[in-house]
Amino acid sequence: MPHSHPIELLRFNTCGSVDDGKSTLIGRLLYDSKSLMEDQIEAMEKSAAITGGGQINLANLTDGLRAEREQGITIDVAYRYFATPKRKFIVADTPGHVQYTRNMVTGASTANLSIVLVDARQGVIEQTRRHTLIASLLGIPHLVIAINKMDLVDWKEERFQEIRDEIEDFLPKLGNFRDVKFIPMSALNGDNVVDRSTRTPWYEGPALLHHLETVHIASDWNFSTFRFPVQWVNRPNNPTDHALHDFRGLSGQIASGVIRKGQQVVVLPIGIKTTVKDIWNYDHSMPEAFCPQSVTLCLEHDIDISRGDMIVGLENLPGRCADLTARICWMHLRPLQAGKKYFLKHGTQTVQAVVTQIENKINFDTLEPEAAPPTLAMNDIGGIRIKTAKPLVFDGYQTNRLTGSFILIEQGTNATVAAGMLSAPTEAVRPEYTDFDI
Amino acid sequence: MSSYHLDHLQYLETEAIHVMREVAAEFERPALLFSGGKDSICLLRLAEKAFRPSDIPMPFLNVETGHEFPELLEFRDRRAKELGAKLLVRTVDEAIAKGHAHPAPGEISRNKLQIPVLLGAIEEFQFDCAIGGARRDEEKARAKERFFSFRDSFGQWDPKNQRPEIWNLYNARVNPGENMRVFPLSNWTEMDVWEYIKKEKLEVPNLYFSHERECFWRGGQWLPVPPLHTDATKPDPFAGARPKPNESIKKMIVRVRTIADMISTGMIESKTDTIDDIIAEVAAARVTERGTRADDKASEAAMEDRKKAGYF
Repeated sequence: MPHSHPIELLRFNTCGSVDDGKSTLIGRLLYDSKSLMEDQIEAMEKSAAITGGGQINLANLTDGLRAEREQGITIDVAYRYFATPKRKFIVADTPGHVQYTRNMVTGASTANLSIVLVDARQGVIEQTRRHTLIASLLGIPHLVIAINKMDLVDWKEERFQEIRDEIEDFLPKLGNFRDVKFIPMSALNGDNVVDRSTRTPWYEGPALLHHLETVHIASDWNFSTFRFPVQWVNRPNNPTDHALHDFRGLSGQIASGVIRKGQQVVVLPIGIKTTVKDIWNYDHSMPEAFCPQSVTLCLEHDIDISRGDMIVGLENLPGRCADLTARICWMHLRPLQAGKKYFLKHGTQTVQAVVTQIENKINFDTLEPEAAPPTLAMNDIGGIRIKTAKPLVFDGYQTNRLTGSFILIEQGTNATVAAGMLSAPTEAVRPEYTDFDI
Repeated sequence: MSSYHLDHLQYLETEAIHVMREVAAEFERPALLFSGGKDSICLLRLAEKAFRPSDIPMPFLNVETGHEFPELLEFRDRRAKELGAKLLVRTVDEAIAKGHAHPAPGEISRNKLQIPVLLGAIEEFQFDCAIGGARRDEEKARAKERFFSFRDSFGQWDPKNQRPEIWNLYNARVNPGENMRVFPLSNWTEMDVWEYIKKEKLEVPNLYFSHERECFWRGGQWLPVPPLHTDATKPDPFAGARPKPNESIKKMIVRVRTIADMISTGMIESKTDTIDDIIAEVAAARVTERGTRADDKASEAAMEDRKKAGYF
């Protein structure tokens, strides 16, 4: 519907093991919220008549690749979009097959909320722990545990409670979700997906869609600490407007915090203190800007700044170090090789890096780290120490998802082989200020 | 509640600007695919927002099938000029004449023939990146697409072996001969595009508004009657795409919802004179945008097959 009031965007991902009904759940959300079009339903009916014995398969909506339809599984992250009068949604449907766990990390990295599906008959399995842990490691603030296929356990409250208890037992080990909701449902039949079901009189919570529409996400962004990774230096060659002849702007997306005209900032790693003269946005200047806006900053002093530098506020300075500790999720078939050079992309800067030590690897049954594994293979998550060719200016991932994250890229093939989350710096950078005002 | 709040369009905009600046910073020779259609119109505004007051640091590229709506080409050329951008055009006709593209016998649509032309242009100008306006909500194979979509030296897309894309850390590295397709509008829906056009007061070709036009019914849709063939020295580019004697011509009030070329764009009967009318029509629509595209109706995996071969 066209709307006159500003409408929020919620990004969520669904995860669970194979056949837990993830794609069916998304299909159900789209179908019941009337976000499906006639030609999509027609195409599903067509393939149902041919292959599905006449029953519409909601999973066919998201399983877009031929191999997926043939094998009846989801191979890659599929993104879906739907809207209700209250919110717009971006859904990442992430596969449950263990070999595609890297795609769950992909889908979850940008999500505000994760839905972990549990098959009520099977209860908690390794994949449930793995996906909940990944959601927690990636700093997703909101978690929904969807206990699905409740129709197949006769809608028994005891079964729901049993699974809930088991998950609540290990949740404290993971830590930092802002809120966790448990919802009993049948995605196939639509119970508690869009509307509350009459089959669960014992359940007092909302249906899933209502929760997605109302969960509080406004404070998910970090507005307290200013971080601005310089992305592109904006220096017009032949400005038609002579007033812009000396324009030198620093373009980028604000990673966190708020910036105002006239505010003092520090340019790192060089350590120069200066003032924001102007905040430029396309064709006008603005008094202030906040994350995650993309803007162009003009500074009081003509300092040599390039892509990869970071402009920060005077308070809560980040760390600066070339010896780092991090958690990584390995994403490639070729396992991690300690001592081998990789490219490390952090914010807007790419440097060479070597993993100097593999400290531990998470055991998904116990959720405990096991010390000193020989390597990390595809889908393993573990702690490492890494040395970069140039010090990084960074924050801990748990306080800043954008300045605390990196990817590793294999040299030669250019494959993205790992997603990394940095531990908090042991000390803040202490720049020896060159202060132009003195 | 914080007063620092982006609505969904502002969020999509900042994400797309970030993607465009990554392209400018990470690639040596990027290009921006501009057809004059509504999605690439949004790309132009985003490029202005990403790079002004500097020039947009990449040329525009368009592949013509030879079956374009004339008013679209006029619009494309004018917009490129207004923005001071260099517009490069390569055509299917040229490629056929040079023997780089070969039409399948009996096939009228030149949709697939755009593939070798695009790949040829990428090679000719040594582009290492091409920005396109494709959106994930358009089609289910596109729903699997990354922002930075890697193509090997044959221009091929391998959907089962895509680079994972985590946070906003895009891996833009390519070896010589390889290239990247980048889609800043990945997360936009058809509705978002129109709302953005409205918000930014962007000009769109008149084809998107209702107008009177002669159409004929073929393949389950109303197709526009092609312009008369006047130059007898050349073969009729629309041969096979003209109404047959048993296909009667009807004068109708129509518009386009999505623009391919004249022989694969279904016209929809509509009375929409303003962007608001279009938004209301999109909101009430009961078929998807690509439901009016003959090129996608070929089979359930039509788009996937073209994409693997190098299509957008």
